[in-house]
Amino acid sequence: MSEAGGGARIPLRRRVRRHAQILIALPLLAGLVLVASFAPLLMRHDPNSLNPRVKVQPPSQTYVLGTDEFGRDILSRLAYGARITLIVAFASVVLAAVGGTALGTVAAYAGRAVEMVIMRIMDGMLCFPPILLGIFVVTFLGPSLVNLILVIGVLYIPRFTRVVHSSTLAIRELEYVESARALGSSAIRIIARAILPNILAPIMVQASLAAGHAILMESGLSFLGLGPPPPAPSWGRMVEQSGRYMQLSILPIIWPSAAISATVLGFNLLGDGLRDLLDPRLRN
Amino acid sequence: MLQYVLRRTGLSLVLLFVIATILFFSLHLLPGDPALLVLGGDAAQPTPEQIALVRAKLGLDQPIWLQYVTWLRRVTEGDLGRSLVDDRPVARDLANRLPRTLQLVIPATLIATALGLPLGMFAARRRGRLADPLASSTALMGFSVPVFVVGMLLVALFSITLGWLPPAGYVPFGEDPLGFLRHLILPTLALSASPMAITMRMTRSSFLEQSSLDYVRTARAKGLPEPAVAWRHVLRNALLPVVTVVGLQIGGMFAGAVLVEYIFSWPGLNTLLLNSISTRDYPIIQGVVLLAAVLFVFVNLVTDLCYALVNPRIRYE
Repeated sequence: MSEAGGGARIPLRRRVRRHAQILIALPLLAGLVLVASFAPLLMRHDPNSLNPRVKVQPPSQTYVLGTDEFGRDILSRLAYGARITLIVAFASVVLAAVGGTALGTVAAYAGRAVEMVIMRIMDGMLCFPPILLGIFVVTFLGPSLVNLILVIGVLYIPRFTRVVHSSTLAIRELEYVESARALGSSAIRIIARAILPNILAPIMVQASLAAGHAILMESGLSFLGLGPPPPAPSWGRMVEQSGRYMQLSILPIIWPSAAISATVLGFNLLGDGLRDLLDPRLRN
Repeated sequence: MLQYVLRRTGLSLVLLFVIATILFFSLHLLPGDPALLVLGGDAAQPTPEQIALVRAKLGLDQPIWLQYVTWLRRVTEGDLGRSLVDDRPVARDLANRLPRTLQLVIPATLIATALGLPLGMFAARRRGRLADPLASSTALMGFSVPVFVVGMLLVALFSITLGWLPPAGYVPFGEDPLGFLRHLILPTLALSASPMAITMRMTRSSFLEQSSLDYVRTARAKGLPEPAVAWRHVLRNALLPVVTVVGLQIGGMFAGAVLVEYIFSWPGLNTLLLNSISTRDYPIIQGVVLLAAVLFVFVNLVTDLCYALVNPRIRYE
């Protein structure tokens, strides 16, 4: 707890171990982004082409991870599915971070009444288990990629609002902010120039952890059939569908399960690593 | 203490009011006519009579503030409306289903705490040795693996491959106690994986934080044996934040159970919710979500009060 991050006095072994989380997470996530971006170039098979003659095949030279119950190549479906996962994670976290930052700074700056209303609504939203509220909303909006992003994004706004609100309150009273105020800077200018740059660290940490949560939620909703409709190769749905013919082979469950878990682990490691790197005080 | 209890309870009541308000307006905030949303969105072609019927049943034909006030009053009286499908009172359905969800949540909490605490303490006491990073990375994996993956893998291993336990289903305890337990094992394990990892991580970091404090040095300096320092001095203080985490986990598990109940066809609250999705049975969906949030607030309140009970510093703030 007491040592400062990145100082020269920390032994090399300790420093490597501290950054080990980021050193594992970055290549993992970068690799995933590459595979998702270049899926059409890298994959030999169309993720949606049906082939009844090769249903539920074990891994082979043609089908590296085998095929599913419709004879579709599991590897291609995983690669294309990574696109869904990453798009949902990225877009919903950006939505949550932007919304949360806006609400958090407004709450910290706009006076007691506004602050009370915003923060109580956030507290209320945090009481709803995200997945249930997600089910509730997606049921009535209809399952689609955009709706998934909107729902998850809105549901994660409170976390960012809280982090931004408390950080802003702490920084607002510091002397350099006071001097900016004394010089006649407007509130908006103070927020943009003095406060936001200084609360970027906790926002980044929160964003990384939220991305992991967003993927858990996306795959959970997809698992329940509330994700992008078939034949979209979403990982959660792949797990659910392959569960139906477990008796034939359990391999088709293993691959997408591993893909989801590894991706979430990557974001969690990144978040933990960033927290240690950017702000040792936040460590718990 | 009494003042603390009153203030904390009051805050919870405010929170419940906010929750109910958010939930009420969420259907109205969604784009589109609520009656059409309930009847099936763009794809369905409801007749004007059907629309009128749903409007009347949900009270949508009244001005929105009146709907809100009426709804709030009914909810405080425990009336959550009637199912659109079979016209049964929602509250009675919820009351039937809640105990079955509790049958999953309570054992899962016990398992998560009974394993998470000792493992966290074990890891903390072996800081710097192999066991610590090993236990910590296992914990990190524990909450990176989605609950439905844990569930599916447990079924694949213990039901399909080994054939030891039933893959899904529910047997009432009264009819067949042994069968009930056999059906309970896998879903409970699946549900407890992530809370166990979180409890372990929290115990570890809290234990380490306490270990570096002065009173621990004093205890060692006066010659206490190491186990006595760890168990009697460090653990007691390290447990305080863990109480909160366990409480949060219980609250979260009511919802985490949604995927577990789905996989294991466990007829709890969440299965009721999932069944109602296909029929868009709005009052039931709303009821389950409301109940989950209320349980969450309640468990958190109890947790905070327990926390204040074991930690005198909170009471006098």
